[in-house]
Amino acid sequence: MVRLITHNLLACHARGCTSNNFPLRFSDAQIETRKADFNADFIRAFMPKLEWSALVDAAKQLGDTSLPLEAPDMLDEEFLKNLHRVLLEIHIEEGSMTCPNCNHRYPISNGIPNMLLAEDEIA
Amino acid sequence: MLPTPDLSHLSSKDYELIYEPAEDTFLLLDALEKDAEALRATKPTVCLEIGSGSGCVTTFLNQILGSSVIYLATDVNLHACRCTCATASRNKTIVDCIHGSLACGLHHRLKDAVDIMTFNPPYVPTTSEEVLMAQEKRDIQGAWAGGVDGMDVTNHFLSVVKELLSPQGRFYLVALKANDIKAIRQKMLIENGLKSNIVLERKAGREHLFILSTR
Repeated sequence: MVRLITHNLLACHARGCTSNNFPLRFSDAQIETRKADFNADFIRAFMPKLEWSALVDAAKQLGDTSLPLEAPDMLDEEFLKNLHRVLLEIHIEEGSMTCPNCNHRYPISNGIPNMLLAEDEIA
Repeated sequence: MLPTPDLSHLSSKDYELIYEPAEDTFLLLDALEKDAEALRATKPTVCLEIGSGSGCVTTFLNQILGSSVIYLATDVNLHACRCTCATASRNKTIVDCIHGSLACGLHHRLKDAVDIMTFNPPYVPTTSEEVLMAQEKRDIQGAWAGGVDGMDVTNHFLSVVKELLSPQGRFYLVALKANDIKAIRQKMLIENGLKSNIVLERKAGREHLFILSTR
């Protein structure tokens, strides 16, 4: 399953690709929106683990520009609900993610990201 | 006692391609249930299962910990990834499943971040060639072929466990008596900096199973 929360945790791991290997860039993304239970405590607890600008950028690639460029200090209900929607309810079903450094392409098919590498690409 | 996740959507056809939950799986569930209070008390936000197979373990963790956690899972077998997602959905939860080997692609961002990590590795002693072939073919054999001492894949993964775990993080590992539990624990301590204990052990047919945890 690829949601933006998953995408925010994935980096390229091809051999020798150790810098500028995050965030992966979406292309040909087909998305679906599915409701998920809102849990404000989880969103608050997860905020510090997010790479915020990577998230804003990824959402933008999928046509969602609702997130502020800087993460706000005050986390009100409206902000948390929108972040919940962006992080957990947008599913990338098809498409691919490409490494900004080495251009390795990781396909997404039926909602499952393929992070496998060929034998000679393994770090 | 928590119920075992509903797996009625999986058929014998699926179990030709993926590992069917068995005594080792259930012992791991029992260990997680035994530690349930302690796990909740650490207020986890990130769970990661390596080699999720049917998705039974991750879905069970979800029953223990609820929606305040992201459940990540990986499997080298694509059909296992599909079954993991299906099992989560059947039990009204969500698992973010990744088709890949061990913690592939997650090291960079999950350094010191995983609160609960589980691994029921391929632990059956075989030749090392069998392991390599099985992991490369990414089929059901990869779920059990463990190489010399049954520890090839486990040893490979143990070297990255410490850097993935959060300060209060716990790692659960399934192992066989035949893998030499004392040697595993010593190796974990000396080579991997992981202090472990035995959460549960059980004899099931020919197998004497252990669940080790790092806390």
